[in-house]
Amino acid sequence: MGVMKRLTNIVQAKANKVLDKAEDPRETLDLSYEKQIEQLQQVKRGLADVATAKKRIELQAQQLQQAAAKLQNQARQALAQNREDLATEALTRRSGIATQLEGLKTQHDQLAQQQERLEATTQQLQARVEAFRTQKETLKASYTAAQAQTKIGEAVSGISESMSDTGLAMQRAQDKIAQMQARAGAVDELLASGTLTDLSGSSDPLQAQLDKAAASSDVQLQLAAMKSELGQGAPAPSAELAAASAEGAAEEPVDGEVVADKTAPAPADPFSLDDAGGAS
Amino acid sequence: MIVRILGEGQFELDESQVGALEDLDKQLLVALEAGDEASFHAVLGQLVKKVRADGKPVAPDRFVPSDLALPHESASLEELREFLASEDAGES
Repeated sequence: MGVMKRLTNIVQAKANKVLDKAEDPRETLDLSYEKQIEQLQQVKRGLADVATAKKRIELQAQQLQQAAAKLQNQARQALAQNREDLATEALTRRSGIATQLEGLKTQHDQLAQQQERLEATTQQLQARVEAFRTQKETLKASYTAAQAQTKIGEAVSGISESMSDTGLAMQRAQDKIAQMQARAGAVDELLASGTLTDLSGSSDPLQAQLDKAAASSDVQLQLAAMKSELGQGAPAPSAELAAASAEGAAEEPVDGEVVADKTAPAPADPFSLDDAGGAS
Repeated sequence: MIVRILGEGQFELDESQVGALEDLDKQLLVALEAGDEASFHAVLGQLVKKVRADGKPVAPDRFVPSDLALPHESASLEELREFLASEDAGES
């Protein structure tokens, strides 16, 4: 048997389980209608769940972007202070974030797709529920005619197949949400455990070393400025570099919050780090 | 002939258009059994497009069961396999 025929059989077998057919087909019509209303409400709730899940991913992507921008700044500072080892460490962590972001983007795309589909399903269902309500009254009124009985049978099969299909679509959306929540939970844990956040905190060894190096650059810079005031020759050749790094250090938020770094402009694509380089 | 694209809706096709669908259906089965994800997606994409192009969407006020059903084009080979397995297991 072909794939399409087998699928039809499965959907219809599931459809038969959706409805407990009453002895009087007229009651089955009313029951079908009630079930459809119920399903419409379920789909609307499902749609809200997908939107919430999508929002959560967007927020996480934002947090990761901020952490990445921070690391980029730290790498620049480190390089300005000739600490290539620290710059390498910062960029390595940043590329780890890029991987996380890619994963989030995939989930986000899938959820967006589910959202679109469920929105279409909701609209379709709404139109069908309305049409069914009108038809069932007509069918009930003419129930005694044999033709009407056949039509009732067909309408009920048609509607229960459609309900079974909607049920499957919702199941699929729920599965995607569950997958996404597992991943989002892992990212949340990562953010909470300090793997990412402590990069900017005072307990962050990378930042501590950078601060120390920046302070020593500052001293060098002041010395150079004083020397130049006293006419003891030209400023040190590294003064410009040191000034740049000192400025960079001054921009560091002191409270250590990753999310406090508002100096980085939001890149166009929240799931890509390509544009984040222009942050400093 | 009524064909349902799962998660999308029903389409009505002329009997004369069903032959082409059945050919693609056979290719789909071959890809499914071989576990060939790339060709599975290619064939499924063609099937779905064909039904959309040749068929007329069934009006929302017409309640009829389908003769054939197709997975949505975003379905993966694994998803369809699991779904078909639920038939053999006789569970919902």
